[in-house]
Amino acid sequence: MSTTWQPVCPLDALVPDRGAAALVTGPGGEPAQVALFRLSSGDLHAVGHRDPFSGANVIARGLVGSAGEVPVVISPLHKQAFDLRSGAALDDPEVSLGTWDVRVVDGQVEVRAR
Amino acid sequence: MSKRTLAVVGAGMVAHRLVEALVERGATTEWDIEVFGEESRPPYDRVALTSFFTLRDPDELLLGDRGLWRTTGVRLHRSSPVDAIDPAAGTLTTHGRRVRYDAAVLATGSSATVPPVRGADAEGCFVYRTVDDVAELRAWVNERSGRAGGRPARGVVVGGGLLGLEAAGALTQLGAETTVVELSDRLMPLQVDAGGGEALRRLVEELEVRVLTGTASTEVVTGRNGRVKALRTDGPTLDTDVVVFATGVRPRDELARAAGLEVHERGGVLADEACRTSAEGVYVIGEAAHVAGRTWGLVGPGYAMAEVVADRLLGGDARFEGADPSTKLKLLGVDVASFGDAFGRTDGSLEVVYSDPVAGLYKKLVMSDDASELLGGVLIGDASAYTSLRPMVGRPLGVDPTAWLLPDGVEPPGSGDLPDDAVVCSCNNVAAGQIRSAVCDAGCTDLAGVKACSRAGTSCGSCVPLVKRLMDAELEAAGVTIDRGLCEHFSVTRAELYEIVRITGLTRFSEIIGRHGTGHGCDICRPVVASILASLGRGHVLDDENAALQDTNDHVMANLQKDGTYSVVPRIPGGEITPDGLIAIGEVARAFGLYTKITGGQRIDLFGARIEQLPQIWERLVDAGFESGHAYGKALRTVKSCVGSTWCRYGVQDSVGLAIALELRYRGLRSPHKIKLGVSGCARECAEARSKDIGVIASEKGWNLYVGGNGGFTPRHAQLFAEDLTTEELVRTIDRILQYYVRTADRLQRTAPWLEEVGIEHVREVVLEDSLGIGAELDAMMARHVEGYEDEWAATLRDPAKLAVFASYVNAPGTADPDLAYLEERGQRRPAGPVLVAGPSIPVGKP
Ligand code: SRM
Ligand SMILES: Cc1cc2nc3c(=O)[nH]c(=O)nc-3n(C[C@H](O)[C@H](O)[C@H](O)COP(=O)(O)OP(=O)(O)OC[C@H]3O[C@@H](n4cnc5c(N)ncnc54)[C@H](O)[C@@H]3O)c2cc1C
Ligand code: SF4
Ligand code: FES
Repeated sequence: MSTTWQPVCPLDALVPDRGAAALVTGPGGEPAQVALFRLSSGDLHAVGHRDPFSGANVIARGLVGSAGEVPVVISPLHKQAFDLRSGAALDDPEVSLGTWDVRVVDGQVEVRAR
Repeated sequence: MSKRTLAVVGAGMVAHRLVEALVERGATTEWDIEVFGEESRPPYDRVALTSFFTLRDPDELLLGDRGLWRTTGVRLHRSSPVDAIDPAAGTLTTHGRRVRYDAAVLATGSSATVPPVRGADAEGCFVYRTVDDVAELRAWVNERSGRAGGRPARGVVVGGGLLGLEAAGALTQLGAETTVVELSDRLMPLQVDAGGGEALRRLVEELEVRVLTGTASTEVVTGRNGRVKALRTDGPTLDTDVVVFATGVRPRDELARAAGLEVHERGGVLADEACRTSAEGVYVIGEAAHVAGRTWGLVGPGYAMAEVVADRLLGGDARFEGADPSTKLKLLGVDVASFGDAFGRTDGSLEVVYSDPVAGLYKKLVMSDDASELLGGVLIGDASAYTSLRPMVGRPLGVDPTAWLLPDGVEPPGSGDLPDDAVVCSCNNVAAGQIRSAVCDAGCTDLAGVKACSRAGTSCGSCVPLVKRLMDAELEAAGVTIDRGLCEHFSVTRAELYEIVRITGLTRFSEIIGRHGTGHGCDICRPVVASILASLGRGHVLDDENAALQDTNDHVMANLQKDGTYSVVPRIPGGEITPDGLIAIGEVARAFGLYTKITGGQRIDLFGARIEQLPQIWERLVDAGFESGHAYGKALRTVKSCVGSTWCRYGVQDSVGLAIALELRYRGLRSPHKIKLGVSGCARECAEARSKDIGVIASEKGWNLYVGGNGGFTPRHAQLFAEDLTTEELVRTIDRILQYYVRTADRLQRTAPWLEEVGIEHVREVVLEDSLGIGAELDAMMARHVEGYEDEWAATLRDPAKLAVFASYVNAPGTADPDLAYLEERGQRRPAGPVLVAGPSIPVGKP
């Protein structure tokens, strides 16, 4: 049941190229935190808000940018870059933020656990 | 095979270089090196002797890496004068003990000569050669000033040459009214011609030093107590408390004479091109030597001799065939340079002279008879062209010589065409070719590497800009694109980007990266652009697109901590805070359960604030009269102060008042890295100003300004930039230094490495003499900064749109992060995790 779409916020609430965190329900019904990114290109990404390297919930506060063609978010704590599409850390593909499906319905952003 | 013993007599500058060269070349596997020095200190930088007055610690003058004297196989015997040497037996004597040697090097330097003036040995007569000399001189002058009942001490320097002007500078620094008496018709007769001497006199007189040329000193008159009272000359009689003799030096060849070695009739131990004396196994180097037809009163040729002897001792065949006697000095703050055939003695030579008595400039180039080749020159008042001109001596200049002399003359031609054998660093005798080979053969890719590998630029530093130009040209030619680019998105440097943004007036990241970069940016270029926009006063950190450029610290105007919460640091200018202020901060901390700590920057940090609490915390702090302290920004941090003259019994100026004024002036200034200042009320330096980017230390007459200090990973002491400034002069000087730093430094480059790269001399010229003609512009930029400043916290609180940033969750804006957990420790809370597996634990007694 938690793998259904969960509405989060209006698209307008997301500032381009800046992240926002949201409290949602995880696949097993547990509380979870996602980091949403609306890029100036128009793309929307949802990844885990928890920084796997430090354990702190901070990913939505990282800077976004590009590494070559890869859209990335950079952890504000110790500056590791993560691929926004796959959640994987660029320098350590074993480590991942985890990703969520994300879509916009009637101007509302919705996410779904994968 | 047992090791041989090398005895070095004298532990001065040149002896130091000899030992350094030997150790570097691994000579200690063959030789035990025993160095005997008469002075009580390890070798120090005599050239910089006058800076003794501004150093806190004479040890700062010591040369090189002190580890040198702990190298196995090297022993330094201080306070050990050598009394005799017996080349036939291969022994020398010190403290009555005989020491056997296999080879000996005399590096005994020179002694200051005292002219045959009656009474020259009276109490209050000094020479100027060693640290002990200047320390005694200082003590004497200070004592005299104390006794004179308010009247400044008076001093006379006999001798108007290089040393005499150094000594005059020292006396004025000590606050004495100073007169220089010179026998010849001009100052610095050995280095400059009549026109240059005249310009120099005007500049020196402007500094309130009286100059008497063409005047012979005849007698030192003493009072009943046997102390100096006046100096009689063939002109006026000068009342004085102290006389410094600086009439010349004489090689210390007395040991050699006594041992029967050949010496020159005018002094100096005679030596051949290998620096070998007439006695088997005995070499001579430095000022003590008479080699290649003369004695050499400069350190550069001495270093060259040291290298020759090091090579010879290791079986090489290096030769000393003379050296470049060019000099560039700053005497009493006046630039003086003389190089090549400064007097135009070459047959048919032509002189091109530029003289501006009002501005105090005199520049002369000596050219070959067809005006094509540069033979030498004299530069007074502005010697900035020296570095580029000196290596061109004996070569065609390429452009019209006058272009070099006019104040707004041509940009010096590139260094690319400098021939390989042109000497670039005269202190260390390094030619252009050696710098090129440091890059292409030894693989050095930065200035530090080239300096270490070639030694160029490691002494007086005047050649550093040229060394850098050569290095860059070589790197570029080698196809190494010296990637000075900021990151993968910008191929320009931070300084170039600053210029682009300044000139184009662009204010949006998307436009800047669209026109001048590629991709979408990253955690390097985004904050750099944000910082440049902020330095140029283009809006609040959260305005429009800017918001997406800021690191989380700048974005939320607080410092991110390891658990995702933030710390809050209100500004406490100069560290001064009222009891009410302290209480207000305490109340805020209590209300929000924040951990509090006094920082290293004399203020209070409140830790553990959640992102959604920040505006509420600021609101209370702003109400109590506080503002953002920018602890998060690459910006002005703190101006640390000591209590100063308002309370301290030693203080000579109001250091707290100045610190507060400076902090309020520069608060909010965004820069390539953080900037810290310090102000101390007297030379005891309780504010540790010399460990700050900008340090100010009160003097009796005003403020001394230091630049380029920091703590951190590579601690640096700030260097003296200017002395005895009035508050107004001080502020203007700091304004310009900071604006020039903001404009030209690299990303995350603090002032010390920046200064090293651009050269303190260059910054002085830009700031104090406006050599680039941008002074007014820098002043205006700072004025605009001061005027445009507003507290970022208060501005954010006023704008509901900006407050959206501080939602913890977009769908639950005021909810605390449920994962945060705390423990109590020493009466305050701290993050519970991640748990330290093996944290430090120091047992202490139970209270
Ligand atoms: C809070 C404080 C320690 C304390 O509890 O005393 C502190 C804390 C931090 N310092 Fe510091 N420094 C603090 C005084 C100092 C001092 C002492 C001083 O200012 O007199 C120094 C040495 C002096 C200097 O800067 O030259 C200092 C040298 C550094 C450095 C090394 C800089 C360098 O040039 O090598 C860093 C690293 C950096 O900036 O890259 C650093 C970086 C940091 C950072 C930003 C590290 C980080 O990224 O988390 C810390 C965050 C501050 C926070 O969370 O609030 N901190 N730091 C001090 C805040 C002073 C203030 O009131 O603003
Ligand atoms: C104020 C001042 C400013 C100067 N400015 C410049 C400048 O700008 N540029 C420049 O090139 N040069 C300058 N010089 C000159 C420069 O300092 C000397 O050329 C250089 O120090 C010479 O080095 P040295 O090792 O030969 O002699 P020194 O550095 O004088 O060392 C000789 C050492 O040997 C010791 N000694 C002598 N006899 C004995 C003995 N029998 N036993 C044991 N020890 C003994 C002496 O005590 C001394 O410590 C300046 C000098 C002074 C004083
Ligand atoms: S630096 Fe001088 S004035 Fe300031 S507190 Fe220390 S002793 Fe007093
Ligand atoms: S010329 Fe003095 S260090 Fe190079």
